[in-house]
Amino acid sequence: MAEQQPQQGKRSNSRVIAWCMAGVVGMFAFGFALVPLYDVFCEITGINGKTGGRYEASASSQVDENRTVTVQFLASNGPGMSWEFRPVVRSVKVHPGESKAVNFFAANPTDHAMVGQAVPSLSPSEGTLYFHKTECFCFNQQPLEAGESVEMPLVFIVDPDIPEHITKLTLSYTLYDQGQPANVSGPVRADKTTNNNG
Amino acid sequence: MSAVADTHSQEHHHGPVKGISRWLLTTNHKDIGSMYLIFSFAMFLLGGSMAMVIRAELFQPGLQIVQPEFFNQMTTMHGLIMVFGAVMPAFVGLANWMLPLMIGAPDMALPRMNNWSFWLLPCAFLILVSTLFMEGGAPNFGWTFYAPLSTTYGPPSTTFFIFAVHIMGVSSIMGAINVIATILNMRAPGMTLMKMPLFVWTWLITAFLLIAVMPVLAGAVTMMLMDINFGTSFFDASGGGDPVLFQHVFWFFGHPEVYIMILPAFGAISHIVPAFSRKPLFGYASMVYAVGAIALLSFLVWAHHMFTVGIPLAGQLFFMYATLLIAVPTGVKVFNWVTTMFRGSLSFEAPMLFAVAFIILFTIGGFSGLMLAIAPADFQYHDTYFVVAHFHYVLVPGAIFGIFASAYFWLPKWTGHMYDETLAKTHFWLSFVGMNLAFFPMHFLGLAGMPRRIPDYALQFADFNMVSSIGAFMFGVTQLLFLFIVVKCVRGGEKAAAKPWDGAEGLEWTVPSPAPYHTFSTPPEVK
Repeated sequence: MAEQQPQQGKRSNSRVIAWCMAGVVGMFAFGFALVPLYDVFCEITGINGKTGGRYEASASSQVDENRTVTVQFLASNGPGMSWEFRPVVRSVKVHPGESKAVNFFAANPTDHAMVGQAVPSLSPSEGTLYFHKTECFCFNQQPLEAGESVEMPLVFIVDPDIPEHITKLTLSYTLYDQGQPANVSGPVRADKTTNNNG
Repeated sequence: MSAVADTHSQEHHHGPVKGISRWLLTTNHKDIGSMYLIFSFAMFLLGGSMAMVIRAELFQPGLQIVQPEFFNQMTTMHGLIMVFGAVMPAFVGLANWMLPLMIGAPDMALPRMNNWSFWLLPCAFLILVSTLFMEGGAPNFGWTFYAPLSTTYGPPSTTFFIFAVHIMGVSSIMGAINVIATILNMRAPGMTLMKMPLFVWTWLITAFLLIAVMPVLAGAVTMMLMDINFGTSFFDASGGGDPVLFQHVFWFFGHPEVYIMILPAFGAISHIVPAFSRKPLFGYASMVYAVGAIALLSFLVWAHHMFTVGIPLAGQLFFMYATLLIAVPTGVKVFNWVTTMFRGSLSFEAPMLFAVAFIILFTIGGFSGLMLAIAPADFQYHDTYFVVAHFHYVLVPGAIFGIFASAYFWLPKWTGHMYDETLAKTHFWLSFVGMNLAFFPMHFLGLAGMPRRIPDYALQFADFNMVSSIGAFMFGVTQLLFLFIVVKCVRGGEKAAAKPWDGAEGLEWTVPSPAPYHTFSTPPEVK
């Protein structure tokens, strides 16, 4: 700081300023540290319906034939997104531990090529920790030419450890407009997406 | 500390310089304190006139006076100006004036930085207020500026708003550093920490809160700035961000912020109640520990502002109980004030009237806060007028009445004249009635389900809203009387003694009234 006293008394102002400035800088950094901390916190607790990234299925996972969990699918468009976007089936019944594949349908009705990015959210949030995606279209951006349509795959496993009282999970996807394909081909655009949660 | 006094007296051997440069270049804590207080009152009137627009629109159901877009700008700007422009600078002004006088110091520890931190404020508010005249209008997303309202859907002026918040933050942080350095380094010989007046204690703790949370606010608005202008996705779900993260970061700042706005008032009330009860303050040490406990707890309760976003049950329970726990140290303080008055030789001059009203009405605001803290019940109250009633009950009779009480208490010391007691009592009673008329019906409106931040409402809310508006107009007009009282007191009046209140205690009453331009060039001895 420029405002130091010409002489220092036995109690030093510059020391107080230094400590305070350290506090200020530290707390400013803490504000930004909250961003990764929040992600870690969400991953551990499963709040906010943030589902995990790609799951590597282990061979040992057993299928629990005695239980059935209903998984419902929702698809909606983010602001300004003009694609047609819907699940091919609205809901499926699965046994915990069983690997299940479903498809989502997307079509670009506009007259220009576009890129979409789907962001998932699971409800109830308590179930997030027990819902694993081994393959998901939401891991990547989806380019579509004008008028083109696509069926996008999702493969998931409901964990056998899922609490007894959860009998229904709702997986909701929101599809966001990511601009023209030309914009996303470069590394700049790829870096911009910080989406690492699938 | 003699170093400060020496450099200072070389600059101003014969009192203040004349003309505008006295105010532009001053390093005198009394000048800077006065400027803070005047600036704060100007902002209070500006923010208040916006509240008048809000209440005029809500006088009757339907859209009468303003369009919803402008209404939203008014609620946003009213909140921002009152919080950052009126309440916080008023307390910094009181700190500038009174801290050196209370601890026997010749000036603040960092007088030139003091000047700078004041003059940043008018710049910040010039930027903020200028957004009203920009294309797309002023910020319209509420003073809490939740993303994505303020990022994806914010007006173009949002970037100016962010810059203004940055400048205010710098000003507050510099003010806080100055307060800490002054209190830690410049106390008169013999004044140990536990002999410090309570206003000094509460300001020391407030300054630490400011240093801890203003940078977090700066971080939050910086993230907004990057989301809006540089294509990051901190709060944008399409890029992997999370809008709820904004609320966590904001309220991590926001909850300590509400204590920043009330703790200095606690300190001032702890001087005024003993002075007019003619008894020493009951439980000095417990007051200090209570303030410290409130400050620490304030970092652990932020999520009670966002129970409805979907927090896990364990989180809701934690934040609920931590919030309810704050009632304990607050209760200690209220108990001590009441016990100080108990069997005291009470008299009710204007400062005491405001102080007693502070204790009663702040407690009501505290109780509605407890109701809001109960997580399952909060789902009904959330974003209704009940919340508006709650925080106006803690901020108007809390912070604002605390400032009025302080102003009347120390006006004789500042001006050398007694204020007009009859007018001051009139100011009190009109404020008291107007304030309760304005804000009490909001409890009922909120419980009946009227949402906040709307320009129009269902017909069944009409009567209470009309009562509320009448009270608000009454409270608003009354504040012009305060301006008149202060101007009259500055210009003349009965000569004030060095210690105009016979029960008052503290070093500030040992210097003549008005306090000379330079005081305590030789530090007093505190026994």
